Amino acid sequence: MIRVQREDFDVGAEIARLAEGRHEIGGIVSFVGVVRDAAGADRIGAMTLEHYPGMTEKKLGEIEAEARQRWKLEALLIIHRFGRLEPGERIVLVVTAAAHRQAAFEACEFLVDWLKTKAPFWKLEETSAGPRWVDAHSGDDVAAKRWVAQ
Amino acid sequence: MKLLYFAWLRAKIGTAEETVELPADVSTVGHLLEWLKGRGPRFADALQDASVVRVAVNQDYVPSDHPVRPGDEVALFPPVTGG
Repeated sequence: MIRVQREDFDVGAEIARLAEGRHEIGGIVSFVGVVRDAAGADRIGAMTLEHYPGMTEKKLGEIEAEARQRWKLEALLIIHRFGRLEPGERIVLVVTAAAHRQAAFEACEFLVDWLKTKAPFWKLEETSAGPRWVDAHSGDDVAAKRWVAQ
Repeated sequence: MKLLYFAWLRAKIGTAEETVELPADVSTVGHLLEWLKGRGPRFADALQDASVVRVAVNQDYVPSDHPVRPGDEVALFPPVTGG
């Protein structure tokens, strides 16, 4: 399931809802992305996440389908927020559930790597040196490409 | 054609969305970017480095030789930084 929203989410409640009555699930892995308060030497007061409504949901849906094809998952949830967020606030939640832990761990990492390089979101940081658009990290591309040649 | 701009491309170009009439000789994404660059200094500045411009046609990533048609929704944006 995919959700793109401005509001915060409750990690515990989301996981509980995902797993409720699903006794075939043996392991649940979650990743929570959070706003940091520093970028290099600069302090971050807040960041604004912009996205491309419509394409965001489409790309996240494709990434979900790809993960379900590669791993046997019993449940999957991606929540990605947009709008203005301050340090400590949650940005993204990825939850994978499977009968066994390995599929859940791998699929969760795959999903995070791919949404960082495919989902149309952009971060504008409010730094001590002024507003600044975050550059894409080449490390994110490297992380995502790990999953290609398998 | 509907054009959408995001992040610093939107800020540099000065608009988020517009509808344009395509000249007959603009048939690919590459042609479209060249044509846009000629529409004024804001476009020329925003699009000067093609290596940091990503293009989606009808909400799918496409390469520069992908065709464009009058009814398409074409979005221009920098490399993504979500997650």
